[in-house]
Amino acid sequence: MEKVRKSILKYIEKNSRVDLKELAILIGSDEITVVNELAGMEQEGIIKGFHTLIDWSRTGVERVTALIEVRVTPTRGEGFDKLAKRICKYPEVTSAYLISGAYDLLITLEGKTLLEISTFVSERLSPMEDVMSTATHFILKKYKDYGITMFSSEKAERMPVTP
Amino acid sequence: MRNPLSDKVTAIKPSGIRKFFDLVSEMPDAISLGVGEPDFETPWRIREEGIYTLEKGKTFYTSNAGLKELKDEIGKYLKRKIKVKYKSEEILVTVGGSEGIDLAFRAMLDQGDEVLIPQPSFVSYLPCVSLAGGTPVVIDLQEKNDFKLTKEELEAAITPKTKMLVMPYPNNPTGAIMTREELEPIAELVKEHDLYVLSDEIYSELTYGQEHTSIASLPEMKERTLIINGFSKSYAMTGWRLGYICGPGNIVEQMLKIHQFAIMCAPTNSQYAAIEALKHCDKDVKEMRTAYNQRRRFLMHSFEKMGLQCFEPFGAFYVFPSIQEFNMTSEEFATRLLEEEKVAVIPGTAFGECGEGFLRVSYAYSIDSLKIAMERLACFISRLREEERA
Repeated sequence: MEKVRKSILKYIEKNSRVDLKELAILIGSDEITVVNELAGMEQEGIIKGFHTLIDWSRTGVERVTALIEVRVTPTRGEGFDKLAKRICKYPEVTSAYLISGAYDLLITLEGKTLLEISTFVSERLSPMEDVMSTATHFILKKYKDYGITMFSSEKAERMPVTP
Repeated sequence: MRNPLSDKVTAIKPSGIRKFFDLVSEMPDAISLGVGEPDFETPWRIREEGIYTLEKGKTFYTSNAGLKELKDEIGKYLKRKIKVKYKSEEILVTVGGSEGIDLAFRAMLDQGDEVLIPQPSFVSYLPCVSLAGGTPVVIDLQEKNDFKLTKEELEAAITPKTKMLVMPYPNNPTGAIMTREELEPIAELVKEHDLYVLSDEIYSELTYGQEHTSIASLPEMKERTLIINGFSKSYAMTGWRLGYICGPGNIVEQMLKIHQFAIMCAPTNSQYAAIEALKHCDKDVKEMRTAYNQRRRFLMHSFEKMGLQCFEPFGAFYVFPSIQEFNMTSEEFATRLLEEEKVAVIPGTAFGECGEGFLRVSYAYSIDSLKIAMERLACFISRLREEERA
């Protein structure tokens, strides 16, 4: 990958709100290049979106997240993709991964209540034809998400002037 | 009562930075760009290693010269980075790079020996030479040469009494670096006049756009060079107080005697943590370097916008803009900037008289802090220019 693209991606992965003119200065490029590369990478599907990381637990809004392990009978010729794609259609599924190990798919699910999630699992997910079994883990507390810690930690002070 | 003090010590001027420290300390809401240490915390795996060794009870002295395993890792690191091989007995683990500076002068100087110190540079060289009984001889570096030491400047300063040359690159406070091509003529002169070099390479990991070259890697220079390096800047480990000095075995052996009697050994806990740093933290160093480089570009761009003259530095985490267009000293400028805009920078004169007309601006700060500081500096400068026009 071109160096300028890599620099852009590495920076905006953590600071998507950066001013593009400023980004150009920081990575030693110019604004036109940055704008063009960003547009190019969006078009090529490299940049999929710009999100906001929210600690919902501080808002009072009720939210429940669950991780669901799914064991699957792969379909001939299509492997796991066919079922995974079907599962992805549900808006409450926030992520879905094919993984190595004791089970096949790992799904994260968001809902308002425990009941909403358990209903989804029992009524939608488990009855699917190729699903052999599921195991649901409710997330009790988020300590870190997308590289950001959710708890506040004290920052040590440097002396204001040192040689 | 008799005077309790040594003349040698009382003759030493207190650090110019101290005065500024006191001023800034009284202003808690000031944005300080006056710091000479990284803003990053020590990478977690290094800290964790420190914690583990404490848990395991590794709380005893180590051998005077440092843990064998650490010295081996330092040797491997130097071979990898600067392509010079150091054996275990050519390496001494010290309490920060600063101890190494002191040890070198004390082990090598006799009364009257002259040490050439290019300035602007770190505040310790000159007093340490005096304390060791040597005679410091300052070489004033020029902005027009990007604060690099030239062959002509060096040649003009050499006398029959010259014994050592300090090579402070990458440089604090100017951010200057020296390339292999620029070091070659210096090395030739050093050999011609049979001098020794104290090469302070504490910022060696922080160069931008090009790799650091050690003068010890030039032909026949290893035997007349002492390299100082450490963990403070590269691994953001200032508070751990750990560095090292390496060079010819016969010099290291004598430095070890001083270290043994004055210090015993560098902090054990820090030594174990440093092994982890050398083994596994290249990636962390690279990430910090990338961040510093972004800030460096940001500052250079800001100065350009303000029309503030500044040569482009490629090392350390400082920029050294010129304020010669304004009719005031560095200290006046820095004091007014602090009082009127609450931004602290260090007057260039804290690093030698030839730093007059310059400021040291540290970019070991987040972009957000730098942004605010640059806005304030821009206001201050346009006000000064208006004043001058009026």
